[in-house]
Amino acid sequence: MNPRTFPLLATIAIFLVAYAICSAQYPTIFSSRVAGNLLTDNAYLGITAVGMTLVILSGGIDLSVGSVIAFSGVFIAVMLRDTGLHPLVIFALLLVVTTLFGAAMGGLIDILAMPPFIVTLAGMFLARGVAYMLTIDSVPINHDFYSFLQKSYYLMPGKGRLTFIGVLMLLTVLAGMIVAHRTRFGASVFALGGGTATARLMGVKVRRTTVQIYAFSGFMSGLAGIVFSIYTGSGYPLAAVGTELTAIAAVVIGGTLLAGGAGYMFGTLIGVLTMGLIQTYIVFDGTLSSWWTKIVIGVLLLSFILLQKGLVHLSTRQRGARI
Amino acid sequence: MLLTIQSLTKTFPGTKALDGVNFDLSAGEVHALLGENGAGKSTLIKCLTGAYRRDEGEMHLDGRLISPTSTSEAQELGIGTVYQEVNLLPNLTVAQNLTFGREPRRFGLINSRAQKLAALEMLQGYGLDIDVGRDLSSYSVAIQQIIAIARAVAVSGKVLILDEPTASLDAAEVRMLFDVVRNLRDRGLGIVFVSHFLDQVFELTDRLTVLRNGQHVVTEQTAGLDRLQLIHHMLGRDLEAVEEQGHTGHAPIVERPAMLHFTGIGRAGVIEPFDLTVHEGEVIGFAGLLGSGRTESAELLFGLRRAQTGEARDQSGPISIETPQSAIAAGFGFAPEDRKTDGIVAELSIRENIILALQAQRGWARPLPRAEQDRLAADYIKRLDIRTSDAEKAIGDLSGGNQQKVVLARWLAMNPRFLILDEPTRGIDVGAHAEILKLIDRLTEDGMAVLIISSELDELVVAADRIIVVRDRRHVSELTGSAVTSDTIMQAIAAEDHAPAQEVAR
Amino acid sequence: MIRSLRRVAPQLMTLVVLAALVSWFFPSFLQIDMSDGRLVGPVIDILKRGAPVAILAVGMTLVVATGGIDLSVGTVMAITGAVAASALVSGWGVPVALILAVGAGMIAGLWNGCLVAVLGIQPIVATLILMTAGRGIAQLITEGRILTYSDTGFGFLGSGSILGIPVPALLWVLTGVLVALLMRRTALGLLVEAVGVNKRASALAGVNARGLIIVVYMASGLCAALAGIIATADIRGADANNAGLWLELDAILAVVIGGNSLLGGRFSIAASVLGAMIIQTIDTGILLAGFPSEYNLVIKAVLVLAILMIQSPHLASEWALIRMQIARRRAAREQEV
Repeated sequence: MNPRTFPLLATIAIFLVAYAICSAQYPTIFSSRVAGNLLTDNAYLGITAVGMTLVILSGGIDLSVGSVIAFSGVFIAVMLRDTGLHPLVIFALLLVVTTLFGAAMGGLIDILAMPPFIVTLAGMFLARGVAYMLTIDSVPINHDFYSFLQKSYYLMPGKGRLTFIGVLMLLTVLAGMIVAHRTRFGASVFALGGGTATARLMGVKVRRTTVQIYAFSGFMSGLAGIVFSIYTGSGYPLAAVGTELTAIAAVVIGGTLLAGGAGYMFGTLIGVLTMGLIQTYIVFDGTLSSWWTKIVIGVLLLSFILLQKGLVHLSTRQRGARI
Repeated sequence: MLLTIQSLTKTFPGTKALDGVNFDLSAGEVHALLGENGAGKSTLIKCLTGAYRRDEGEMHLDGRLISPTSTSEAQELGIGTVYQEVNLLPNLTVAQNLTFGREPRRFGLINSRAQKLAALEMLQGYGLDIDVGRDLSSYSVAIQQIIAIARAVAVSGKVLILDEPTASLDAAEVRMLFDVVRNLRDRGLGIVFVSHFLDQVFELTDRLTVLRNGQHVVTEQTAGLDRLQLIHHMLGRDLEAVEEQGHTGHAPIVERPAMLHFTGIGRAGVIEPFDLTVHEGEVIGFAGLLGSGRTESAELLFGLRRAQTGEARDQSGPISIETPQSAIAAGFGFAPEDRKTDGIVAELSIRENIILALQAQRGWARPLPRAEQDRLAADYIKRLDIRTSDAEKAIGDLSGGNQQKVVLARWLAMNPRFLILDEPTRGIDVGAHAEILKLIDRLTEDGMAVLIISSELDELVVAADRIIVVRDRRHVSELTGSAVTSDTIMQAIAAEDHAPAQEVAR
Repeated sequence: MIRSLRRVAPQLMTLVVLAALVSWFFPSFLQIDMSDGRLVGPVIDILKRGAPVAILAVGMTLVVATGGIDLSVGTVMAITGAVAASALVSGWGVPVALILAVGAGMIAGLWNGCLVAVLGIQPIVATLILMTAGRGIAQLITEGRILTYSDTGFGFLGSGSILGIPVPALLWVLTGVLVALLMRRTALGLLVEAVGVNKRASALAGVNARGLIIVVYMASGLCAALAGIIATADIRGADANNAGLWLELDAILAVVIGGNSLLGGRFSIAASVLGAMIIQTIDTGILLAGFPSEYNLVIKAVLVLAILMIQSPHLASEWALIRMQIARRRAAREQEV
């Protein structure tokens, strides 16, 4: 057994056990209806987390994603309100903008040799600031195409709704899996996470790859913003505050090493669903308060970080101890 | 000739790392590159692999002038390198590492089955039977090393540089690696082999080149040299500046009272348990080649690595050397070999660097008064002749020799009874070199005991009262009095059997 | 003295320029009046409102000096505010409330410090845990409500004034001065900087690096507690959802504006609190100058980017390289002549 898969297996096991416990207590949780909602409610988070996973695999971090989601919603709503463009055209424009935005952050990180944390923090301020400058109010989206998207779903057995955005999230995860595990770009991302110096020795073009990584995350945040606008039917500059932290938490609970270099895109999906499940359970329970979500997520974060620390410790223990 | 290097020169601020060095390599040859730390081996390799740009000189590969500007460019030219440590990515599978950047693809996606097959094919002829789908980190260092070689050969294929590939391998693994290297030689590659293990050099290589202080010393057929001659080439040095001021060492030990007793200090895989008695006012020298365990011994004495066995005592009872802090409390000081990473605190001023250890010992709540700090700094700048315009200058801006003096001043300010100096004169100019040796002499007059670790045998001969020879992670012999000469030390280092001239005093 | 003035000169100059800019649009910006025995005016308002971030920046400066970062301070504000408020609601009195709140902050810091120094977890990750879970803990304490109390003595800490100056303003100045004195009058400052620059060499010289790292995170927790107390006192209640929300980012920003390197090493507390005042002046100034507050974040972003450009070791070395090449070319030309 490859020890690299332990965190992924732990993630899956925790999810299955948690699902079993929840279903045992509230049998209705084990239904296609709840499963469908789980996908729909967490669609934007899942898509964001796909981008975040790639960033974290490379040893970086992207704090701008929540702001980019908010910006995207506002951008779409304002463009729909003020221009006669079709939503699809606006989507394309938006994705170009957010991808370029991510690429610019990646470029700055590499050129300035500054921690991604602080560069993407600036990006976080910038994106939300621009969203504010577009509007300070919640702008409703009324468009036939939006209504169509919101109403399109596949009725699963048991009356569960597999919505458009739920499916889009699953497809994004699939695409993320392919990019991370099946392309040379993905291999370079893992290489960067394993160590920049070694990666450079092996021929990774560090600057180009860094730019691509953050561009990918920017694209995914834009896509998540589209999904979020479909989900909420509006654009609001204060939306999705703190999503970056939720996404990072989902990635870590999904078994990806926060230091970079090890993890699975599929694990991120499970991480997102685990977090969704905790919320669902609390809603079902009714007596538990919402803050338990945060505490449980914190505990999960801690246990995964400790688990990974332990695995790293095990694999490097042979080397001589020298402080 | 496959590769020729002519009068290669590379200068860094303050030092000439390579000074008109010549080197050549023919196809189907294993050529050893030897020298102590700072001799210029790694600079030469870095120039060859494009990590450094040379200042002067020419490099020809297959008769063509080359000037690689990056490692990947050197690789494409045909020069592949395998280092002791960072080569490949431990977090990727063996197959991913082997095929990295050249993965077989189908419809633009990596075809993992073809990738594994390609990897297996690359490993053919290396005598490995491993699962290429597992993480690289799940295999031993030896296997990782061979995988790295396989990749370097497949990517580059003309010149293979092995930079201390055997440092962390056991005997069986070394044999396995050597089979691979011989096999590659027979296939017509030119192989540069860097190692500190002389046995391995004699066993494996066809020719050897020795560098010392950035200069070419000798290139010879390996078979035409014996160990003693080789060690002489590596360590011998005409240190006139030091000889001039004469030496006071080699006084009989019996006259001096014993101060510290270390018994059975050791750590598995680092150094075999050893005993050491330190007398007041004496200078002990640790001699041995790099990697012999000389530095590691000192690290155990200072608590930088925790000893698994043994204990330390002084006249009044047991003392703790578990951490640097406790060793300092016991009156020890340690000026490390690697000044940059372990010695200086680059951004801080000379004054702050000098008082750091003293302040750490006093604790945060009892700051050294500023006037006292200034006095100490001014005092040591004068006493050690530290060349600086100002005590408030950042230590990182000083030359190597002056940095070393500041680190010495840091410990002298503590007034330690036992001071360990690991390569105190490396990378500093001859003038400063002599000054530091003179200083050591002066210190011992006041009863301080000094332990010097050095590759410069002449320096040890001049400075030390007795020499302990370290070889293969063991303290093998001790030389005292008139027995301390460069020749006797060299013979002790070179002695092949494990029957030392004189057992370490128990 | 002159040295430390030179250190904070860029921050002071930025403040002067900002004040001039705001005055241009809002002429009475620098005007200070007396009303009911209190000083009032935009500047006083900035000094008061900037208090939480300034106090957080003091602790954050120390953490950053060791090469770390503390993401949890905003959350710790919420926890300590909740602790103080619930102690007051239970009728335990102001002293107990203060002690409990400060204790909670220090425990939070101890937790972070142990994760970083003992378990060796990267600071961002280690403090992220408390940042996530902590708000839940705060809500657990207040049971999700905004916990209001009626103790005027405690409220004094947030809205009272001494000699006409708002108490929060006095508190941040006092915190800054005390911590700066503690750092510079003892050896702590030097030891923290040594650990931040070169942890290995410092440990080898006998510095207790692990202990120091734990201490700076505890100091950060303590500052967060103080900021939490002020926020709770100001609104006479603890809002676990919103207290200190995103203030960790402002605190980090203040430290960065203060010219402290995120990679650790030399630090200046004065520069950091001035950084906090710069942020608050931008916030308030934009409102006063009649600009929509929407510009606020964009200006902050531009400010961070500008500072990053100046700080970047990479750009500095590339710049040095270019200058060297120019000099060399010039020398070569002179030789030809």
